[in-house]
Amino acid sequence: MIQISNLGHKIGGAQILHDITTSFPKGKLTALIGPNGAGKSTLLRLVGRLDPLQQGEITVAGHDVSRTPTEELARVMAILGQQTAIASRLRLSELVAFGRWPHHQGRPGADDRAKVAQALDAFALTPLANRFLDEVSGGQAQRAHIAMAFAQDTDWLLLDEPLNNLDMSHARALMARLRDLIDTQGRSVGLVVHEINYAAAWADHVIAMKDGRIMAEGFADDVLTEAVLSDLYDAPIAVGRHQGRPLVLHHA
Amino acid sequence: MDRRTRLTLGLMALLLAGLSALWMFQGLGAGNRGFILHLRATKLAALITVAVAIAVATILFQTVAANRVLTPSIMGFDALYVLMQTFLVVLLGNAGFAGLPAAGKFALDVGVMTALAVVLFGTLLAKGARDIPRMILTGVILGVLFRSVSGFLGRILDPNEFSVVQSVSFASFNRVDADLLPVAGGLTVLAVLAAWRMAPQLDVLALGREPAVSLGVRHQRLVLVTLALVAVLVSVSTALVGPVAFFGLIVAGLAHGLLRSARHAGLIPVAALAAAILLVGGQWLFERMLGQAATLSVVVEFAGGLFFLYLLLKGRIR
Repeated sequence: MIQISNLGHKIGGAQILHDITTSFPKGKLTALIGPNGAGKSTLLRLVGRLDPLQQGEITVAGHDVSRTPTEELARVMAILGQQTAIASRLRLSELVAFGRWPHHQGRPGADDRAKVAQALDAFALTPLANRFLDEVSGGQAQRAHIAMAFAQDTDWLLLDEPLNNLDMSHARALMARLRDLIDTQGRSVGLVVHEINYAAAWADHVIAMKDGRIMAEGFADDVLTEAVLSDLYDAPIAVGRHQGRPLVLHHA
Repeated sequence: MDRRTRLTLGLMALLLAGLSALWMFQGLGAGNRGFILHLRATKLAALITVAVAIAVATILFQTVAANRVLTPSIMGFDALYVLMQTFLVVLLGNAGFAGLPAAGKFALDVGVMTALAVVLFGTLLAKGARDIPRMILTGVILGVLFRSVSGFLGRILDPNEFSVVQSVSFASFNRVDADLLPVAGGLTVLAVLAAWRMAPQLDVLALGREPAVSLGVRHQRLVLVTLALVAVLVSVSTALVGPVAFFGLIVAGLAHGLLRSARHAGLIPVAALAAAILLVGGQWLFERMLGQAATLSVVVEFAGGLFFLYLLLKGRIR
């Protein structure tokens, strides 16, 4: 479980997060939703220790994020931020291979190579493995970054808007892959997602944020309702049902 | 390291060995051979030390800055060194400056320079790492500031003292401070070995801050250590021959072009060898073949400037 208590955060005088206390349940897919500027990414970045903690406490599977050595955290959680531009000229296979770094510190073994091949395969990147990052499309590069986080082989996987640049079929494949990790290997996933229907279709747990506060959290069915979503986005939103899952419509 | 890298390294080492032999034994008359060989060996060692220092400093700096166009000198590292020398002349006067024990003064220079560089560029890179254009601008402005303060101090100095300042502020491969060579060479070897040992971590650092943190690299510490190594290497090369702005850019570009791989285990030695080959070969050409008709530093700067423009136009700034 990821436990977040009394988390506050300021960026340049603006209070981005106000006293947040929540948790990401273990073995579930947790989706963070909310309008732009709600503080979703900041929250995820703080959990992933990409930004230093200012106030409050976060533990990931019992590891205090601000005190546990970062090498150790890298074997517990993998986080993929939104910023994925890389200056050095890398092949896709090389990028994905970096995901194994926390386990081998520069000396990859046969096991590491197998995991990299597996990650490339899982995201349909094997045919592109020898292409350079700047020679593939944005969506393919995005998949390579996700594959890198996937190769890190951690109990927790945190993804900030992983569906950016992905077409419908790859977005769906990614969500199905995450679902599979959770259901068959007992992993846990937290992600920020803007397209609510992906949360509606695949998430177990939904945290709805607005203006740096948590507005609602709980089972997807309980949070993704007309009342909550209309209030969250300040717009009339209709929620129907499709195959037993909520279906969120903006043309209400 | 893959086969291609090893092959490249082997060929380059052979080429360097050949050039060094040429440098040492070409046109050796019947005169005082021992004296000439000693002179040539000193200069060869200095050229190689400078070449390696500049090349590795540039590679390391580009990794920290996540940018292929920046070099320590564009960001004002060597201007900082020259400024320190100017300050010393102003404080101690000519006699005092010349009277300082060479090796001791140099060790102190390197220490102060490293501390300053880590504080200045460490803060810059730690805070502005997400804002590359701002970082480049700040670095360039710092460089200009250092140069103009040196220039200003130069104006208020008396001409004799100014000539001392001037001798440290322009690059010359002909005037090498032989007293410094053992210390400078030793420091370079240590710094390069440290960089080489850090090579796998540098590969991760090159991915950028976020991926590096996610993969469990102690980002801040690694950045500071790398900058300290850059400062040591820049001090070495600037102390030996003076500031050389674009040479590092050429060799870093060459290394990337030759290798087509971003692994530092290969990049560092290839860049170092490429730099040594260019300097030894170039200096041999100018000194022995062209009879000093031009100076290598001018040609290096000219070619480097053109290469810089080429990189800019190709849009390699990111």
